[in-house]
Amino acid sequence: MSQSYNRGLVEDFGRWREFSAGMWAWIFHKFTGWVLVGYLFTHIAVLSTALSGEILYTETIRALESLLIVRILEVGLLAVAVFHILNGLRLLLVDLGIGLEAQDKSFYASLVLTGAIVVASVPTFVAGVF
Amino acid sequence: MSTQEQKPKNQTETDTESADEDIIAASSPQQRRLREKRGREIESPKETAEQEDTYHLKVFRYDPEVADKQEPRFDDFHVPYRQGMTVLDALIYARDRFDSSLTFRHSCRQAICGSDAFFINGRQRLGCRTQLSDLEEPVRVEPLPHQEVVKDLVVDMEHFYDQMEAVEPYFQTNELPEGELEEQRQSRENHEKIKMSTRCIWCAACYSSCNIAAGDNEYLGPAAINKAYRFAMDEREGEDLKQHRMRIIEQEHGVWRCQTQFSCTMVCPKDIPLTEHIQELKREAVKNNLKFW
Repeated sequence: MSQSYNRGLVEDFGRWREFSAGMWAWIFHKFTGWVLVGYLFTHIAVLSTALSGEILYTETIRALESLLIVRILEVGLLAVAVFHILNGLRLLLVDLGIGLEAQDKSFYASLVLTGAIVVASVPTFVAGVF
Repeated sequence: MSTQEQKPKNQTETDTESADEDIIAASSPQQRRLREKRGREIESPKETAEQEDTYHLKVFRYDPEVADKQEPRFDDFHVPYRQGMTVLDALIYARDRFDSSLTFRHSCRQAICGSDAFFINGRQRLGCRTQLSDLEEPVRVEPLPHQEVVKDLVVDMEHFYDQMEAVEPYFQTNELPEGELEEQRQSRENHEKIKMSTRCIWCAACYSSCNIAAGDNEYLGPAAINKAYRFAMDEREGEDLKQHRMRIIEQEHGVWRCQTQFSCTMVCPKDIPLTEHIQELKREAVKNNLKFW
C-alpha cells in the first residue's frame, strides 16, 4: 500500500451530532468522573484548613458559602454526582446483562432524573445567598 | 350396489374439498401477497412518474496515485431514482455512467458477502442494505472511519482481519465422538445460544464504529470477540478448548477494553447483539478466575 489519508478529527468528536445514546452516556460518564476526581482535591484542600484550627476552618467555609459562584458550582457538583451515580447503576445492570435492549431508555431516564433532582435542589443550595 | 352408493358420495366429498381448497387458497398468505403485488404493479408507474427526480450523492474521493486527486474531496452525483434503489445501486450507476474511476468494494449485493460497508449519512451501513428512500439528501457516502483509506471508498481491512484471525475463528476440539463416522451433534439449546453470533459477515462496520478499537490497536474489537463467543460457547468444543479460548478473550486487550458504548450493536447490519455477547464473556471470564479461597 502506497500511502493513505488520515481524516483526523472528523473521525472523532467532529461527528458528535451523529452520536447515539450509548455513546453520549459514555462521554458524560467519563466527564462527570473526571469532574468528581477534581472536586475531591478541592474538597481535601478545604477540609485541611481544619488542621490549622477551628476558627480558620469555620471562616473558610463561611467565606466560600457567601459567594454566589460557589453556590452555583455546588448545584453543578450535585448534577454531576447524581448523573454519575445513576449512570453507574445503569452500567451495573449492563454488566449483569440485564435490560441491554433498553440501555438507551435507561440513559434517558437517568438524564431526566438528574434534571429533576437538580432543579428540586436549587432552593436549598441558593438559600440565603441573595 | 354398495359401490354405486359410494360413488356419488365420494364425488360430493371431493367437490366440497376442492371448494374448501379454493377458499383456503384465496385467503392464503401467498394469494394475499400476489394480490398486493398486482396492486403495486399498477400503482408503480404513477409513482415513478411523480418521483422523476434524482438522488443527490456526495461521495468521498481520494486517489494517492494521481497527483491531482491526492487531496480528498467530495464528488457530487445525481443518480436517477427508481423504486427500491439502494445506495450500492446508486454507486454502481454513478460508476457505470458518470465516472468509471469511482472505486468501491461490492460483490453479492444481498448483505451476505460483507464487502460494501460504508459510512453513509454519519453511520456505518451496508450499501446494499440501505434504501435511498430511507435517507436524507444529500446522501454522504464515505469510507469506513478509523480505517486507512486506500482509494475512494476502499479501506485497508488488513488489521481487522488480523484481529479476526487472532481469536482462531474455526472449530477445533480434542473431544471426538466414538466411532469413525460419528457426527458431532449440537443440542438445540446450545445452537439457539450461539445462533446470532454465527451471522457475522466480517463487514467491519462494528469495528469501525468502536471508539476503543480506534484508540487501542491491540483491542480485539467487537467482531473478533463475537467470533470468539461463537466458539467459546459452542459446547462441542469441550472444556480444554474453552479454557484455551478464554485465555485469549480475557487478556487485557480482550473483552476488558469494551466500555459498553453500544456503537457496535447499533450499526451491526445483521443485528447481532454484540455488546450482550461481550458482556457475557466478561462475566464468564470473572467466573473463570474468581476464587474465594
